[in-house]
This record gives sequence, C-alpha cells and structure tokens, in this order.
Amino acid sequence: MTTSTLVFLLTMTVIFIFFMVLGIFWAIRSGQFDDMDGPAQRILMDEDDPMLPSNQTEVEAAPTKLR
Amino acid sequence: MCCRGCQAVAQSIVDNGLEAYYQSRTAMPASGQEVLPDEIKKLALYDHPDIQRSFVINAGENAKEAVLILEGITCAACVWLNERHIRQLEGVIGVEVNYGSHRARVAWDERKINLSTILQEIQLLGYNAHPYNAHQADKIRKTKHKKDLQRVAIAGIASAQVMMLSVGLYAGGWYGMTTDIMELLRWFSMMLTIPVATFAAMPFYRSAWSGIKSGHLNMDVPVALAIITAFLGSVWVTVFGGAHVYYDTIGMFTLFLLATRLLETGAREKSVEAAENLLKLQPAMAMRVKDGQQSYVPVLELVKYDLILVKSGEAIAADGVVVDGESTADESLLTGESRAIPKGLGSSVIAGSVNLDSPLIVKVTGVGEDTVLAGIVRLVDKAQAEKPKIAQLADRVAAWFTWALLAFALVVGIIWLLVDQTRAFEIVLSVLVVTCPCALSLAVPAALAAAGSHLIKRGILVLRGHALETLAQVTHVVFDKTGTLTVGRPEIVDIQALADISAEECLKLAASLEQTSEHPLARAFTHKVDRAELYAVMSAVNAAGRGIAGNIAGVGYTIGNQAYASVSQAFDVNGLNLTSEHVTLVWLCDSTRVLAVFALADALRADAKVAVEQLQSRGIAVSMLSGDAPQTVAYVARQLGIVDYLAQQQPQDKFDQLKRLQAQGAVVAMVGDGVNDAPVLSGAQVSFAMGTGTDVASQSSDIVLLSSKLGDVVVALDMGKNALVVMRQNLFWAAAYNLTALPFAAMGYVSPWVAALGMSLSSLIVVVNALRLK
Repeated sequence: MTTSTLVFLLTMTVIFIFFMVLGIFWAIRSGQFDDMDGPAQRILMDEDDPMLPSNQTEVEAAPTKLR
Repeated sequence: MCCRGCQAVAQSIVDNGLEAYYQSRTAMPASGQEVLPDEIKKLALYDHPDIQRSFVINAGENAKEAVLILEGITCAACVWLNERHIRQLEGVIGVEVNYGSHRARVAWDERKINLSTILQEIQLLGYNAHPYNAHQADKIRKTKHKKDLQRVAIAGIASAQVMMLSVGLYAGGWYGMTTDIMELLRWFSMMLTIPVATFAAMPFYRSAWSGIKSGHLNMDVPVALAIITAFLGSVWVTVFGGAHVYYDTIGMFTLFLLATRLLETGAREKSVEAAENLLKLQPAMAMRVKDGQQSYVPVLELVKYDLILVKSGEAIAADGVVVDGESTADESLLTGESRAIPKGLGSSVIAGSVNLDSPLIVKVTGVGEDTVLAGIVRLVDKAQAEKPKIAQLADRVAAWFTWALLAFALVVGIIWLLVDQTRAFEIVLSVLVVTCPCALSLAVPAALAAAGSHLIKRGILVLRGHALETLAQVTHVVFDKTGTLTVGRPEIVDIQALADISAEECLKLAASLEQTSEHPLARAFTHKVDRAELYAVMSAVNAAGRGIAGNIAGVGYTIGNQAYASVSQAFDVNGLNLTSEHVTLVWLCDSTRVLAVFALADALRADAKVAVEQLQSRGIAVSMLSGDAPQTVAYVARQLGIVDYLAQQQPQDKFDQLKRLQAQGAVVAMVGDGVNDAPVLSGAQVSFAMGTGTDVASQSSDIVLLSSKLGDVVVALDMGKNALVVMRQNLFWAAAYNLTALPFAAMGYVSPWVAALGMSLSSLIVVVNALRLK
C-alpha cells in the first residue's frame, strides 16, 4: 500500500522535474540569462515615468503623494 | 552648458521627452560631442556594402541587424536613454541594449534608415557607437556559457530531489524501514543522478582525460575519479544490495563545483568582453587617386605603387613615399614620441601614423603584411610565445596531491582486502568521497573569482587567469612614458601675457584661431575654452607646420612657432616664468607686437607621482623606457623620482632591455599604451595596458586599466598579493581537512552523512574566505 503510493508520488516527481528542466532549458536558450543586470534596472525606468512630458498632465492633476 | 555638444545633448534629450534621464542617472556620462562634418563622412563609410559584410546580418527582406558597441556608458540611465532614443527613430525595427556588456543589437529597415544615421543619432546623444564583429570566439563563448548554465540547472534540480530522498534514506537508516521502500528510494535516486553524473559532470571528465593524456595530472582527475567511483559504487549497492549509497554526495559535489566555476568564468568573461569592446572595427578605407579620379576603396584592394590621398587628421593606410604635398605626421605609434614630424616630397610615411596638417599624396610601397606596423605585430606574436610563465600554484599542488590520494586509496584497499574482504569496497569508496578534493579544487577559482569581480568594479580588467598570481611576485615595474606616465597629448602649462591684453583674453583669441586646425597642439587650446565664447575668425590661413593667421573683429592675428610670429624684436624667453623644462612655445601676435607666449608640454598624469612613490615604498623597483628624446625623458624621470630610465628606445630595444632584466631574475610588470610597447607587454611576466591606448597594446597585455589611472596598478598589485595569501590559506585549510579526515575514513569510522557534511562545510569555508578579498 505505502509502496504503491510512493511509486505514484515519485513518478510524479520525475515528470515534474522533466518539465522543470524543459522550462529552464528553454529559458536559457532564449537568452533570458544573457543580461543579468538589465531587467532589474529596466523595471525602474518605465515608459509611464511622470517626468516624461506625455505623462505630465496626469501628475499635475493628481495631488503630490511624494514627501 | 559647457559646450555646444552638451547643449545638443540636452536639447535632444528634452525634445524627445527623455528628461527622466536626469532623474535616474547615477553617474555623469562622458562629455557630449559635436558631430563634425568629417565625422559624418567617416560614419557614412559604414553604409558601404563591402564594409558592412563583416558585421551586418540580413534579418529578412530589407531588414538588417548588427551589434553595436556603445562607448561612454556610465550607468543604467545611459543605456535607457540610448535604447529609447534609437527605438523612436523611423525605420528602426528593434533595439536591445545589454547592460552588462554595453552592446546593442539593432535591427533596421534599410529602405527607411541607414546605419550611419543611427550611429550619428547615438553620437548626438553624446555617446560613441561602433559596429562589433561578432566573431567566432564570441559565439563559442556564448554557447559554452549556455551549456554551463544547463549543467548547473540539471545538477541543481536533480540534487535537490536526491537530497529529499536521502533524508528519507537517512531517517530510515535511523528508525528502520522495510527493504522494499529503501530499494525504491535508491532506484529513484539513481535515476535522478544519472543525468548529473553523465551530462552535468562532463566538463570534469573531459578535463581529467586531457590531463591524463598529457601526463600532467590536474585537480579534475580526483574529482572525476570521485564522481565515477561514487556513482558506480552506489549503482552496485543499489542493484546488488549494500550499506550506503552516495547519490546525494555526487549531486551536491557536482553542483558546488559547477556553480563556483561558473562564477569564476563569468567574472573573467566579463573582463574579456569589456576588453573586446575596446577593439574598434574601423572601416579600413583609403582614398585612391587613379586617372585623376578619387574614390574610397578598401585597404585590402591597394597594391604597390598606387597613389593615395591622405587628408589632414586621417591615418595613413599604407607605408609609402610622399609624392605631393607638405605636412607633418604623428608617428607616436612607432616611436612613442608624440611630436609632429615634418613630411615633404620624398619622405617616407608609415601605415597607422596620422597626417596632421595638410593633404598628402602618397605612393604606396607596402601594404598589409609588408608594413612596419605588421612587423611590430609579428614581434608581439613572437614575444607571446616566449613569455616566461610562473607555474600555477594550484596545478603544482594538484599534481602531488592526486598521486598521494590515489596511492593512499590503493594501499587502504589492499589492507582491507586482507583484513575484511566484505568491507573493502565500501571503505575505499568512503576514502575517496571523504577526501573529495572539493575544497581543494575550489580554493583557487573562488579566490580568483572574488578578486576578479572586485577589480572589474574599479575598472581593472584581468584578461588572463595567471596574472593575479604573478602580480604577487612582481619585483620590477617598467613604465612607458608617453601616454602612460604622461597624458600623451600636449596641454597648456603656462601662459605669459606680454602686452596690455589679459592672459584669459589671449587664450580666447588663440583658441579662436586654433579652432580651424586639426593639429594636436590646436586641440590643447580649444579644450581650454568654452566653445560658445570663441570669436568668429575671418579669412583664416593655415601654414602647414608653422601656424595660423586670421582676422578677428577686423584685427589681424597670427599664432604659431617663433619663426612664424611676426616678431622683429628679440624676446628674452628665459625671463619668462615657465614652470616646465621641456616645452613647445607658441606665440600669439597681432600685426605689430607679441601679445602672449603659451608653453605647451605633455603633462604628467595626475596620479603618476603618487603611484611611483607607492610602488617604491613597497620595495618594487620602478624604471622607465621611452622612445622620446633624452632630455624629455630625463626631465620626467626627475619629476617622478625614477632613477632607472632609458630614452630613444625602439620596440626591439625595449624588448631586449626587458630580456636583460628577466635574465637577472626580475619578475617584471610592464605598463604601456602604444603599439611600440606591444612586444614588451607580451614579453613581460605580467602587463598592464591603458584603456585609452591602442588595440594592439590592450590585446597583448594581461590587465587593462579602463580608467587609465596609474594608481590602479598599485591596487592590482595589492589585490594580487592578497589573493595569493587567500589562495595559500585555502589550499592549506583544504589540504589539512582532507588529511585529517583521511585516517578516520580509512579506519571505517566516517558515515556517509558525516562525509557529506564535512565536504560541504570545508567548501563553504573556502568560498567565504575568498569573499573576504576586498
């Protein structure tokens, strides 16, 4: 009884691992690990930065929450 | 705004709605620049299909793709600015900037935009971009990096699972479990370990095999042996039954080693990439004159006796003889002497030197392999081959350690065969596992990785692995003069106003006149004065090698050497308060009198004196080899406190001098920047190139100083010393651990989980110790 449960669970593990490996290999091949610093910086400098003139009106309309 | 260039930069930033740059930047970028019409013409060469062939990929119909190297990137805001700006351009399909390597992949529609336009736009932002030839070595490195990541991933995922199963096995061993469950867990552990022991551990097998084949045992031999024996032994136990399996140890061991090596190669490759960025892929074009027609042709197409037109400010494409025109040339690449050498009818010119004053027509006498420049490069190759190598510490230790370990395991095996046959295999296995030279093989790479990544943050690129170890043993530092100890270009060191006009006003007048010239002396003036404050100059006349005449606000001025100055009365120059000895004097006159004398000299780098003093206080002998004239060299040496110096040294002389030093047993570190230094840089045990120097120099050196600060030489030397200390500590600790654990394992007292814990702990200590390096 315990043995068959274990066999089932361990088989599931192997299947999961197979997909994990597939996933990470795809990520490596598609170059997601090529630039390790970029994404961390890019997220800080967004296109909707309030300093951009195209976004300026919204900033004036909204009360300043900073400080 | 300090100049029109900056203004253009700010304007283009604001116009494009990129003001956020000023909020996000964390460091000041290199100063912006004005794009000169000449520069645009040169950029246009990049549109030439022959030139493009080497670096442009066709990415579809009308779509082209190229990799550009961006110069002047100082922080993330720069990258962002470039990325945004290029993306907004009409016709650009895509752009992606790598923050780490400062390389941009740009795709564009060739019907809508030219590559030169993109390059020009980047230049308007104040950065420099030049195409990068993604050559073979780079591709191999990329695929290898991806493969390494995959191996780490496999080892990580699999060994995490195996660890879980092992906990079950250990707990079962403690509290008791039925044989069928134990076997089940072992079989699954084995299945999960197969990819680790085959795919992930492959680099160790390869390296070990090549070590065995060459008869020189390296650290990977015991590593490979341990993995193979542990794996085969565990498989044996799994199939036929036995006390212990070591799948968890195999997994963790492989993961640890792979991860540390990945970090180490990562740090080194970052240096290599940064150094490659220094290599400019310049269009090697020459203006050929044939049947009265002028056309740009690739240098490769030039043949002997062709006539080429070399404009002022251009590099001469081939060795040759001047057949028309009169000018001066900067031949500092050969002599190290940044002096304008007069060239007239019949004088010979060398490829790579820069024509300074006016156009020359040159008859080609040598191209490609026949040039003087190519000769120097051959000398570099020869020197590289003869380079004295200090044997690597880790390799020496590894060789005897490996032999000792293998011999010991064999002896233990034989003894246990006689004492208790059933336990013999297990004990030999546990001896190999417990002494797995994990910590020992991590000792050196971990220290190198830590030191390398710390140095790169300071702008010091370590290109060759042995450099750090060698640095610790340096006894002599040899400096080149021009461009290394000095800035490499003339600067105004003193101004003496001789009439009723103030010195500042004279400087402004002089700079206004000089802005029409490309001469290196002229740049010294224009750099000193804000471009916006310059006066308009009418009817400027450039007299090659002598000076410039022009009209400012209706008054005629001349600027130039003493012969050119319209001075009838003699001036007592000795009475002037000139602070340096070896100077070029430039005279500014109006039609009747002398207004001012400017003293120009190749100024010392700001930190040259401190760096030399620091080296000397560490007991390192400092000497200087220069291609310059004796008085100049003596003057610089006196200022810096260098006793040992030689002047008028050709590349070959420098190399011979180096050989003499090395024959006396000196370990020499050479610091240089020019093509003429390249052979010595290759021949020295360890060498530094200035980041501002020539490509050939940085290619032949071990370490590149990106920021061109001489103080970095001292920093690198200290880091080398510290790294060596840490390596020795690590090796000592690792060896001590292994030797202590060995007897216990041999006597059969070490259980597998203790072995695994000890192994991990000893590796951890080695890595943490390496991280102390700062």
